[in-house]
Amino acid sequence: MALNDLDLTCRIGSAVLQNPVLTASGTFGYGQEYESFVNLHRLGAVVVKGISLAPRRGNPPPRVVETACGMLNAIGLENVGVERFLAEKLPYLRGMRATVIVNILGDSVEEYAALAGRLDEVAGLAAIEVNISCPNVKKGGVAFGTDPEMAAAVTQAVKGATRLPVIVKLSPNVTDVALMARAVEDAGADAVSLINTLLGMAIDSRTRRPRLANVVGGLSGPAIKPIALRMVWQVAKAVKIPVIGIGGIATAEDALEFLIAGASAIEVGTANFVNPRACEEILAGIGAYLEANKMTSLRELVGSLAI
Amino acid sequence: MPPYQLKAQIIRAETLAPDLYRLTFLAPDLAAEAKPGQFVMLRVGEGADPLLRRPFSIHQVTASGWVQVLIKVVGKGTRLLATLALGQTVDVVGPLGNRFSLHTSHHICLVGGGVGIAPLYFLARELQRSNPPAAVVPLLGARTAAELRPLADDFVALGLTPRLATDDGTLGHHGLVIAHLSELMATPAPWIVYCCGPYPMMRAVAKICREQGWACQVSLETMMACGLAACLGCAVPAADLAGPYKHVCKDGPVFGAEEVAWL
Ligand SMILES: Cc1cc2nc3c(=O)[nH]c(=O)nc-3n(C[C@H](O)[C@H](O)[C@H](O)COP(=O)(O)OP(=O)(O)OC[C@H]3O[C@@H](n4cnc5c(N)ncnc54)[C@H](O)[C@@H]3O)c2cc1C
Ligand SMILES: Cc1cc2nc3c(=O)[nH]c(=O)nc-3n(C[C@H](O)[C@H](O)[C@H](O)COP(=O)(O)O)c2cc1C
Ligand code: FES
Repeated sequence: MALNDLDLTCRIGSAVLQNPVLTASGTFGYGQEYESFVNLHRLGAVVVKGISLAPRRGNPPPRVVETACGMLNAIGLENVGVERFLAEKLPYLRGMRATVIVNILGDSVEEYAALAGRLDEVAGLAAIEVNISCPNVKKGGVAFGTDPEMAAAVTQAVKGATRLPVIVKLSPNVTDVALMARAVEDAGADAVSLINTLLGMAIDSRTRRPRLANVVGGLSGPAIKPIALRMVWQVAKAVKIPVIGIGGIATAEDALEFLIAGASAIEVGTANFVNPRACEEILAGIGAYLEANKMTSLRELVGSLAI
Repeated sequence: MPPYQLKAQIIRAETLAPDLYRLTFLAPDLAAEAKPGQFVMLRVGEGADPLLRRPFSIHQVTASGWVQVLIKVVGKGTRLLATLALGQTVDVVGPLGNRFSLHTSHHICLVGGGVGIAPLYFLARELQRSNPPAAVVPLLGARTAAELRPLADDFVALGLTPRLATDDGTLGHHGLVIAHLSELMATPAPWIVYCCGPYPMMRAVAKICREQGWACQVSLETMMACGLAACLGCAVPAADLAGPYKHVCKDGPVFGAEEVAWL
């Protein structure tokens, strides 16, 4: 069977992605950074670096540090802001015929809604991914993603401001991730993606100082995969909307585990830093697995976990 | 289209001094594109620990497609890279970053400390090859003679006369390499200074150049996760502290000394 006889498509609200391999926000720049390594139009979607209304400077350095089988980052959501993104970054992605998902962030419900409204006016976007792992400045800096009511409020505001499919990206820094997933599903989310990074820390015992200037940062990479997989499995059982699995995916084998656990698609993050061709290799590996197992559609694999 | 990614065959693996290694690998496309000041990201092993690639300045390239890096062992990644042997491969991405800009009409001074000498040798070779400027003066420092001598000898082989300094006084001036900069101040010529080494050394050199009115280019180091301008992990404060950060892997690693903040 030829690869193009395989149905690798997956549906996110009204959007149909050609395959389930997406890039994770913040690990793939605005796409152009990887043009020497990846055919951007072959990916399920390019999820761009998180965008806010105004440009953000981000945190002081050091911003990244390696830990066992992973890394901590405290980039501080540095980005060019929505207007420069639309003027300077999006035209390139369009020119490459890439499927584009814009990841958005804000520090108030109103900012999220304003961003969604701005993106609604823009042609050629596939979906919006809402990063809710950000502090709500008006509510004392508690992250939207750790409170079901705040997460639902953001979801509702974004849905109300755009016709684009809305993916809500869940934080793992909660006790019951399925509860959060249901809250945003009820508020109208078309899909959920998880996990964002786990809050972590590293200390230099020689100087007794934190290794990140921000003291704490987000843990990503292979180290978080078992946690991410467990959370995806729990959420997939709890909601009816599609689930996008993220966390430590570096190989096709990793991706297959998430699909079997119930993810309809996956995002590749930290692995892009290590192997800039990871996304296309994972895509090829998924295709080969389906063929070897005589499946004609990705949907046969999704959620096929045998317990 | 550069940057390239490949598993490069190791052609030579040399121990220059305890904890100082020189690795030569075959990467013709990369070698053809590489410019002095640029760097490569090397993968350390195949597994998930250590996970991230490590950045290394390009030390020299040859027309036959060889690429050379100097590796100073400072932690687990560099310790593993130092065990690579002839016939094995190393997974490399590059060339990355910008380059030193050449001003051959000036008298040129190269100030290198320790493994920071690596990109300056590539620069010196380029300078000597094209139309050599009136003067190229390398000022090279390291901890001890065993580390400095093999690196300094390469500059001598180019026909240059490096002025040396070691922390322990075993070779050249006993103390900091910047002591030699004051000798240049006695000459009327406009100097342009290219500098790479430990941060305090670069800061001191930047200060002297500012006072003398000499142009100065520095090659900075930061922690890097990607080297590809994707993670934004390699930020350094710009001279305008209120402005956006500079990113070493994309805006650098080479900066005009006046572009960045010296904190
Ligand atoms: C543009 C650039 C060019 C470089 N060129 C060379 C070179 O030519 N030769 C050479 O030997 N080294 C070079 N370095 C430094 C080299 O990348 C680090 O020494 C190496 O990544 C350390 O890895 P490790 O696993 O051995 O150390 P780790 O165990 O990760 O850390 C050991 C120590 O090294 C420091 N360190 C870790 N990563 C970096 C980093 N990316 N930059 C600076 N310090 C770091 C840590 O803070 C720690 O103090 C360069 C760095 C940059 C950014
Ligand atoms: C350097 C870095 C920057 C990130 N920036 C963002 C971001 O801007 N928005 C977002 O929603 N997630 C961001 N993430 C989280 C990733 O998209 C992903 O959820 C997480 O890293 C887990 O996946 P991984 O283990 O495959 O990296 C970032 C992660 C890293 C490592
Ligand atoms: S190292 Fe990732 S952006 Fe510079």
